[in-house]
Amino acid sequence: FVPGLFNVPQATPVAVFKLSNDFKEDANPKKVNLGVGAYRTDEGQPWVLPVVKKVEKIIVADNSLNHEYLAILGLPEFRSSASKIALGEDSPAIQENRVGAVQCLGGTGALKMGAEFLRRWYNGNDNTKTPVYVSAPTWENHNAVFANAGFEDVRPYKYWDAEKRGLDLDGFLGDLESAPKHSIFVLHACAHNPTGTDPTHVEWMQVAEVMKRRKLFVFFDSAYQGFASGCLDKDAWAVRYFVTQGFEMFCAQSFSKNFGLYNERVGNLTIVARDSDNLKRVLSQMEKIVRVTWSNPPSQGARLVAITLNTPELFAEWKDNVKTMADRVLLMRASLQAKLQALETPGTWDHITQQIGMFSFTGLNPKQVEYMIKERSIYLMASGRINMCGLTTKNIDYVAESIHETVVNVQ
Amino acid sequence: MRQTCNSDGGVGSTENVQARGITLLSIFVDTPTAEPNPETKLLADFKTDTHLRKVYLAGREYLNKEGQTSVSPLIGKIMQQICTDPTLCPEYPSSFGLPEFTRRATELVLGRDCHAIVENRVLGVQTVGCTGAVRLGAELLKHWYNVSGVWCGPVYLSSPCDDSLAGIFEAAGIQDVRRYRYWDTEQRGVGVQKMMEDLEMAPEQSVIVLSASAHCPTGSDLSQKHWRLLTQLMVRCRFFPFFLLPAQGLCHGDFQQDAWPVRLCASLGMELLCAQSFSHSFGLYGERVGHLLCVLKQSSTLLAVQSQAEKQVRALWSRPSVRGARVVATVLSNPAHHVEWQEGVKSMVERGILVRERLREKLRLLGCPGSWDHLIQQGGLYCCTGLNVQQVEFLEKRRHIYLHPNGCLNPQFCLAAPPGSLQRRHTPKLAVWLCLSTHRIIRVSCLRSPLPSL
Repeated sequence: FVPGLFNVPQATPVAVFKLSNDFKEDANPKKVNLGVGAYRTDEGQPWVLPVVKKVEKIIVADNSLNHEYLAILGLPEFRSSASKIALGEDSPAIQENRVGAVQCLGGTGALKMGAEFLRRWYNGNDNTKTPVYVSAPTWENHNAVFANAGFEDVRPYKYWDAEKRGLDLDGFLGDLESAPKHSIFVLHACAHNPTGTDPTHVEWMQVAEVMKRRKLFVFFDSAYQGFASGCLDKDAWAVRYFVTQGFEMFCAQSFSKNFGLYNERVGNLTIVARDSDNLKRVLSQMEKIVRVTWSNPPSQGARLVAITLNTPELFAEWKDNVKTMADRVLLMRASLQAKLQALETPGTWDHITQQIGMFSFTGLNPKQVEYMIKERSIYLMASGRINMCGLTTKNIDYVAESIHETVVNVQ
Repeated sequence: MRQTCNSDGGVGSTENVQARGITLLSIFVDTPTAEPNPETKLLADFKTDTHLRKVYLAGREYLNKEGQTSVSPLIGKIMQQICTDPTLCPEYPSSFGLPEFTRRATELVLGRDCHAIVENRVLGVQTVGCTGAVRLGAELLKHWYNVSGVWCGPVYLSSPCDDSLAGIFEAAGIQDVRRYRYWDTEQRGVGVQKMMEDLEMAPEQSVIVLSASAHCPTGSDLSQKHWRLLTQLMVRCRFFPFFLLPAQGLCHGDFQQDAWPVRLCASLGMELLCAQSFSHSFGLYGERVGHLLCVLKQSSTLLAVQSQAEKQVRALWSRPSVRGARVVATVLSNPAHHVEWQEGVKSMVERGILVRERLREKLRLLGCPGSWDHLIQQGGLYCCTGLNVQQVEFLEKRRHIYLHPNGCLNPQFCLAAPPGSLQRRHTPKLAVWLCLSTHRIIRVSCLRSPLPSL
């Protein structure tokens, strides 16, 4: 073979990065970026949460804190408080000492650690053939993380019904029923990315029933807790329900969005096992995996989150900051829907307010998306996904008019 | 099954204890307990050791005069500035990390006017520490070293090398990991001849992992003359060098010298990878500041390699954390800061040399058999004493002095560690000197009198 890195083909660009680049280079002063995956204020700026500013000062002023390596699994007070956020302070699983965690590099890192563990130790040793199911559609990186961990069979499960613009429950349940036993299912804990469509409580209960019967592995991806409804506990309902149903499971948590700590890479893989003995063995293997990936995780973000979660006044302030963000998103949803109705834009637009979280699947088709980008300088994903955070009181009229014009002129 | 919904949306369940199926086996039931990694085990043994005068000498960090890890006042000041800087936004960084950081990290290794940089055939990626850099490099090699298929090796590591290295390559899917002889117990230094012999036998196009300077864990490096011989061999056999540079500047107190082998290979037009860390030279261990340098043969492939690197990063950790890299970039881009930092690094090196000299002198005074010159010939964080497994075990079990099983230690821990604790913030300072009166009996003398400050 001809060795070396000089015959490497160009990889297909990551769609959302390309979109951001194209937006940057667009000279149109009216341009709007609805592809960004981060929160923006009404001024279109990123937002440093006030509680984060406060805690950063606390950390910088604290002379007892050092810059030494964290333990391999991360900062203990971060791991336990992060798991509590997902499972609830009074979770029986926590009280029974069968919940553990691994501090990771953001949500991606948590998914990566979970995937690497499952490939090595789940459903046999090094069984790369266990099917991994991700929702159709899903965050595009789900595929890459599981494939790179060695899983050969990453498949979609039915989720989004484009016609009715909602959850395809029958399809979802059907895929659960027909999946080979022990298959791994990646579930979005709340605020589904990219559709913004979550199962109702009753629907989650139906999903859980099938998964338990067919012995399917539950792997939650929780990147938006608090961000979806504004309430941490509400957003964790599905995760906690599955725990009460006795599932052993993984939950990959990200604090990028709900803390605005995008660049500190704060994530947590929460592990719920049947008992503490199993948990211990799992954690010992996780250590091995961490050691050959990043050795030990970065300290800054975890410290910040831990201090916040473990200090009552700061915790309350954080919840308030989260609600501020969630409320703005809800306001933009309501405004957009109202404006489209007022314009009498063809079609129904209720899904905009029914969907939840940062993202909305508008229902615009690829041609319409292209029109929006090229003719109106409004950047959104080819799937029709928009980030509600990209909307502001200043640009919402322009966006609504543009959607109207697009739907009318482009089919 | 009844569910009760609490007013805040939580769920309390009453009847489903039975539903949990206490008789069901855990899905993790077949997961075995992992063997603890040797360092963790050593530290754990040390912690459970109740002996009052126990000492841990296998630490991974550079220590200051007070025996603690610390950041210099300059670094501390810059961190404060960053914290209060209103222009910094909490955005996702690119998968490659901070551009200013990767640019400076690249220049530090190669030198600003390196042909490869000028010709635009260098890629720099910020990574999660040196481990992250090695992992990313391994993933790139696995996927792209052999364009017609997955590449599984062989990759050659020095014997000994860092505990985790083999595992990193294996985790990336490169199963064929081999060793070349490096540390020669008799010579108490690098056994160059044996090393070359082993590499001559390696298949063409093998990837060779090389320590640019301050070899971990022995502290023993090749001379420039031997580097030239080695690179001739590598060119002839079409080997691919993968350099480790975890502590540039901390070996000789000279950044150019510490990176010399990398610059040599680059100047010969070779393609190479280099994994760097800024943990030691900045004292920023917990911030995980690493960098993977990739030197290509042609600039035409740069964009493609960059796109593939981005893909790999995306599936590993998506993007790196920014704080530490920002500090490093701030220092390296500001000439005054840069100079101040370099001076700081130099004094760390001087302190390290002094400790080694004192150790050697003490051993001489105590009449230890054998030559101890290798202690001062080695550089960087680590020191390979040349003690064998039995002697190391004797020290641990009978004298409660903890070294790496391969006889390597961190000499700074000799100077500063008060016995009985890893907490290095307490006074009084104590010095612990290792001594062998014969190859079996080991005497330890503790000096309680204050040392002249270094």
